[in-house]
Amino acid sequence: MRRRPNYPAGAGSLLWLLLVGLPLYVMLTATLKSRSEYARGGPLAFPREITFDNYTGAFSGGFGQYFVNTIVVTVCVVGIVLLLVPPLAYAIVRSRSRVTSGVFRLFLLGLAIPAQAVIVPMFYLISQAGLYDNLVGVILPTAAFCLPISALILSGAMRDINPELFEAMAMDGATPRRMFFQLVLPLSKGGLSTIVVFSALQAWNGFLFPLVLTQSDDTKLITLGLYDFQTEHGIDIPALLAAVVLSMVPVLLVYLFARRALVQGLMGVGGK
Amino acid sequence: MTTQTTTAAPPAAATGKDRAHATAHGTGVGRPGFGWALPATVFFALFAIAPLIMVAVLSFTRWGGLGSPEFVGLDNWSRIFGDPVMIKSIWLSLLLTALGVAIQTPLSILLGVWAAGYQRNRAVLSAIYFVPLLLSSTAVSVLWRALLDPNFGVPAELTWLFGDGNLFGKQATAIGVLAFVSTWQFTPFHTLIYQGAARAIPNVLYQAAEIDGAGRYRQFFHITLPQLRNAIITSTILMVVGGLTTFETVLILTQGGPGTDTTISAYYMYQKAFKGFDFGAGSAIALVLVVAATIISLIMVRLSGYDKMRSSMEGL
Repeated sequence: MRRRPNYPAGAGSLLWLLLVGLPLYVMLTATLKSRSEYARGGPLAFPREITFDNYTGAFSGGFGQYFVNTIVVTVCVVGIVLLLVPPLAYAIVRSRSRVTSGVFRLFLLGLAIPAQAVIVPMFYLISQAGLYDNLVGVILPTAAFCLPISALILSGAMRDINPELFEAMAMDGATPRRMFFQLVLPLSKGGLSTIVVFSALQAWNGFLFPLVLTQSDDTKLITLGLYDFQTEHGIDIPALLAAVVLSMVPVLLVYLFARRALVQGLMGVGGK
Repeated sequence: MTTQTTTAAPPAAATGKDRAHATAHGTGVGRPGFGWALPATVFFALFAIAPLIMVAVLSFTRWGGLGSPEFVGLDNWSRIFGDPVMIKSIWLSLLLTALGVAIQTPLSILLGVWAAGYQRNRAVLSAIYFVPLLLSSTAVSVLWRALLDPNFGVPAELTWLFGDGNLFGKQATAIGVLAFVSTWQFTPFHTLIYQGAARAIPNVLYQAAEIDGAGRYRQFFHITLPQLRNAIITSTILMVVGGLTTFETVLILTQGGPGTDTTISAYYMYQKAFKGFDFGAGSAIALVLVVAATIISLIMVRLSGYDKMRSSMEGL
């Protein structure tokens, strides 16, 4: 559509760009400075002598192990979500059973359950199950809290499949199972990639469950590593920010390659 | 569009196996039964619904983390509601939530509607705006704690703007920091919701308005805003739930201080339970949070008719 440029909006958008970009600039440049240069030149100055010591320091400080742990948790959470949510969303969209629409309401309500609300009983349950300080104990609740939003996103995607396709398959005598594998799964690839990216992000960035359900270095996740680093070396700002940058790198990579999946899915939350 | 009209599917085509899956309505030929939803439902019930019920039970017990919880009746409840820090924390939670909604809603509507345009520059800028959303709350909080450090941070450089530079030393500025950091982190998410919703507004409405001679601002207030109603409700519910449960930001940025001046309920719950080993009181506070969040969400869902999800595709 042909339109006059909107100058006030353009100015506002640049202001917001500054607000988003400046902290990111300070963060990136700080990680390339030595601690003394940061203290001398202040946060806004451009680095004069570029050093990578902050990054190597983070790795020797145990971040390698935290990375591995976080990857394990993320992969397992995504696996559980992929195993459970597609059949669930399929039932939500296609089943005529009254129980299933009750289930959908349950998951909608589940959207409003914050992790904080259940953290005390979760601690009790996980301790009783002997899973305290074990990555499995973090994976299970994290995956459970990915289900409501994933179910919402994926059932939205499945609802867009033309019902005539189901009818055509039913005419050929296809079972629900065959429709699921030959029609529903191939046609909801977009929704599937969104829930993968989304639950991976949740798992990677999760903090409360690891904070409460683990304690040793062997099970430490990267967010918890950041928190500990902050409490121990809070004054060494360049090293601290290098750790922050490292924690972001995988997510930024995913964003570069799967931006569409993430953005479309989140837009759908309010759009439909 | 309806997924529910099943007049086609002739029963004659159904095999015996299909019938086994058909529901009592008799029209469910080739439709999945409840069994498909069962694994996810059981898993969710076990790790989200059961703990939610348990938190209610635990709020009537005394438990120090070891051994078994012991029933104490209303003891925790009378203690938390007699605790001035708790009462203060409720007000602080509400204040922070209200600030979040008041700041983020107009900002994200404007940014979202702006980003909904298909211009190239808008697409590029939107991609950058999105970055804070990718960071964990932990990373965001650690980042801002470092940036706002009283000695080595930005306020120490810009003293003309920030005074003595210690934003964490006074209640008003500490709350300001929390509200600001939440805004910085979550506005992109809500922007995205509005961007999607704004793109879904039928273009004919704008064309009609243009023919009637309505300018950009009238179009915004008379078409865009009313059409964004559902998105506003969704986004506000998420802000309320998110605001009431803000935790990492407080833990890392202010530790609830100065004193207890930014100790909001979610943080107080953590302190009570996992620092004071008073899991009974912690559970009671958690339950207060859930009830508050649920009531607010339900009211908004009822007001909006958002629960009638199934019909939302109709007419498109």
